[in-house]
Amino acid sequence: MKSICLYFQIHQPFRLKNYRFFEIGADHYYFDDYTNQSILRKVARKSYLPANQLFLKLIEQFPGRFKISFSITGIALDQFALYAPELIDSFKELAATGQVEFLAETYSHSLVSLSNEDEFQHQVMTHSERIEELFGMKPKVFRNTELIYSDQIGEQVYRMGFKAMLTEGAKHILGWKSPNFLYYNVHQPKLKLLLRNFKLSDDLAFRFTNQEWSEWPLTADKYVDWIKGVDENEDVINLFMDYETFGEHQSAESGIFEFLKEFPKRIIEETDFEFLTPSEVVKTCQPIAPLPVPFPISWADEERDLSAWLGNELQNEAFSKLYSLRNDLKLANSPELMADWSYLQASDHFYYMCTKFFSDQAVHNYFNPYGSPYDAFINYMNVLSDFILRLEEAIDRDRYKGVIVDELDEEMLYEAIDRYALVLKRLRKRRTQLERNNPKGQAKK
Amino acid sequence: MRVLMFGWEFPPHISGGLGTACYGLTKGLAFQDVEVIFVVPKAYGDEDQSAIKLIGASGVPVMQRTVQFYKNLTEESLPRTELTSKEITYLEVGSMLMPYLSPEEFETFVNEKIEAKDYKWEKLLRKSQESKAVESKQIGTIDFSGKYGPDLLQEVSNYGLIAAEIAQGQDFDLIHAHDWLTYAAGIAAQKISGKPLIIHVHATEYDRAGENVNSLVFDIERMGMEAADRIITVSNLTRNTVVNKYGIPEEKVFTVYNAVEPNAKIEEDSIRKHLNEKVVTFLGRVTFQKGPEYFIEAAYKVLQKTDDVRFVMAGNGDLLRKMIRHAARLGITKKFHFTDFLKGKDVDRMFQLSDVYVMPSVSEPFGISPLEAMRSNVPVIISKQSGVSEILKYAIKIDFWDVDAMADAIYGLVKYSALSDMFSKHGKTEVDNLKWENAAKNTKEQYTALLENIKPQ
Repeated sequence: MKSICLYFQIHQPFRLKNYRFFEIGADHYYFDDYTNQSILRKVARKSYLPANQLFLKLIEQFPGRFKISFSITGIALDQFALYAPELIDSFKELAATGQVEFLAETYSHSLVSLSNEDEFQHQVMTHSERIEELFGMKPKVFRNTELIYSDQIGEQVYRMGFKAMLTEGAKHILGWKSPNFLYYNVHQPKLKLLLRNFKLSDDLAFRFTNQEWSEWPLTADKYVDWIKGVDENEDVINLFMDYETFGEHQSAESGIFEFLKEFPKRIIEETDFEFLTPSEVVKTCQPIAPLPVPFPISWADEERDLSAWLGNELQNEAFSKLYSLRNDLKLANSPELMADWSYLQASDHFYYMCTKFFSDQAVHNYFNPYGSPYDAFINYMNVLSDFILRLEEAIDRDRYKGVIVDELDEEMLYEAIDRYALVLKRLRKRRTQLERNNPKGQAKK
Repeated sequence: MRVLMFGWEFPPHISGGLGTACYGLTKGLAFQDVEVIFVVPKAYGDEDQSAIKLIGASGVPVMQRTVQFYKNLTEESLPRTELTSKEITYLEVGSMLMPYLSPEEFETFVNEKIEAKDYKWEKLLRKSQESKAVESKQIGTIDFSGKYGPDLLQEVSNYGLIAAEIAQGQDFDLIHAHDWLTYAAGIAAQKISGKPLIIHVHATEYDRAGENVNSLVFDIERMGMEAADRIITVSNLTRNTVVNKYGIPEEKVFTVYNAVEPNAKIEEDSIRKHLNEKVVTFLGRVTFQKGPEYFIEAAYKVLQKTDDVRFVMAGNGDLLRKMIRHAARLGITKKFHFTDFLKGKDVDRMFQLSDVYVMPSVSEPFGISPLEAMRSNVPVIISKQSGVSEILKYAIKIDFWDVDAMADAIYGLVKYSALSDMFSKHGKTEVDNLKWENAAKNTKEQYTALLENIKPQ
């Protein structure tokens, strides 16, 4: 039995406002509420909501046969709560069908897996709890930020209790091998790996509207033919992409939704492929080989490596500065600082600092609030400078004289922190604001 | 291929970007096997004695000599064989024309020169003024009156007449004229010889004067552009000005970016900074076009927040006094310094001392100075309203009026060493790859295309 695994990524960062150096020490609010709200509302309207509705219909149309999976970052969920609460209801509805799986990832779409294992684990657990709380299911399969994976990261993920993980079917890793099988971690055979079929995934995610592409226009007919053409012995075709593919990257006018309506029907009626969620793939498919990945890979850019986030001096500097604060955060023990630190970790901030000027620039510019990578770096460092000042102020240095911070109990770092409570606080603040502006209680259009 | 080129300023007398560009381009062309007859107006008193003195029938002295170029100035040890050296013919025409002068400034300039007692041209000048009374002199078939009139526009047309005379005596395939003061010369040579004319636009009246253009200058520029068979602009920014403001058809206008000579060998240790503070530099003419007041405003903002930075405004110009007063009024003179005009070695030294270079130009057709800064490993902030911003990657680009962004960029480069380190490292490589050879190659392509277009007819 051959299968197709559909997985969609949903993430929106809290973009920083234009934060000049003369605000350091004076202004402690870093986020561009207007931009964040308008982008989220726009994407919700053009993409998330209509796509959810369509998938809901397809699930009803093919009970038990059409299945999809999502991972939604904690930051995106925070923004849903603030700017588009109807999205949470809509995803809850999808979750209730039992044909949708939610995956685990880091709460803030961070690159922490490249920095600190304890913090990595903490962020993943926070995210899993949030997902369970909202959608009533504990994630069993893990996807790292930007599908970043290495042997070492895989082991860490296994130690967290996950049985499988998603990553890129990168050409330079696979060589002659096919992504259409289940693989496993080279040191830890119990951690299974699902590899993205980048050709078939990007046909939808990047090329669907590209009129210079020789295959344009892509019809469900043609696409299903390609899938039928996949070698008989291969087990699973993993189609992983951003959820914004539907309606945002590929506009509704391009016919992407019509394609989406048609494609599952053709697969179910004309082929012997079945749709499976990642957990089901792990259960049904036999893993065929270990996949050695000594250096981290990702699904980004031509290089499929980390160079989009940690490829230049600016990114490395900002990254190491940010994570050097972890011990101090333990001492400061402040939920507010913790929340800001979490939002500052979103990989997007580093992505904006990328200086690979020629390749993949179009993708880098998407939703990018900065005119250049240098602007992005300066703005981020200004914010971080203020954050460090606040952190210094919050720490009672005398109290911790002689304490070796690294030996402090991890629990201590988080005991006082209830992230959800903080979000609720922000939400309440926002609600009161909206109600003040609109006394009739109609908060949203 | 022989080119009759009307250019500006050869070392050691280089007062700005135009001279630097002419020199670099000519040298590059010589190595592209283009023979150049380089004609400059010159009123300095230190002529090379090896030069051949040619006195035109007009009585205007013309000096001819041969200028030798060597392939790489930094490698003195190379044997000066024919492979590494090239020659061009260099003609100096006695003239008061200078780059960057407006008609009004020229008048003041000439009057000052007249007052200088031992000034070499003084006699000639007097003579010419005397001869003005006698009306005109016949020279061949050209009417030529009042050789050194204090009127710039008059001087421009006089220069054109001499150009015509030179054109008659030389053999060449095309004419290349740099900036509006030589357009008349270019046209005259074109008329006399029937050879095609290329004009090279380094700046337009809109760059020099904003929207208050001098219509006489504008007319000369447009005349040159219309007469030209092809136009070279130093950036797309300038190309747009030529097309949109002068109404020149796009297909006639081509962009060839300037470049920068690699550093002459630097004695790195000879210049040591005696301050622990960072130095942020503005270097250029202190005029409206260069945006000096925005630099002062940004400096003020930075100094509000941090103490370990100094600012330097190096250069002279009509806004200098106003700028000094402005800095004084803001109370930042303790940290803000004015050096007046720097030249030669002092410019290099200034760059060596700088940690950040800012070019806040309101309108800058190209802007070679940031390249010179980057060549010395200095990170640069440039305005988006500059031609050079079209080609640079390792530079922070801001709008000249956006003082907040400028201040933020200065602060970032001063405080976040990862950024300045990155710029020093990659910026140098970036400018070292912008070679005059390439600019010359592109220019030669224009020559070839033009000659091929014209020959069949």
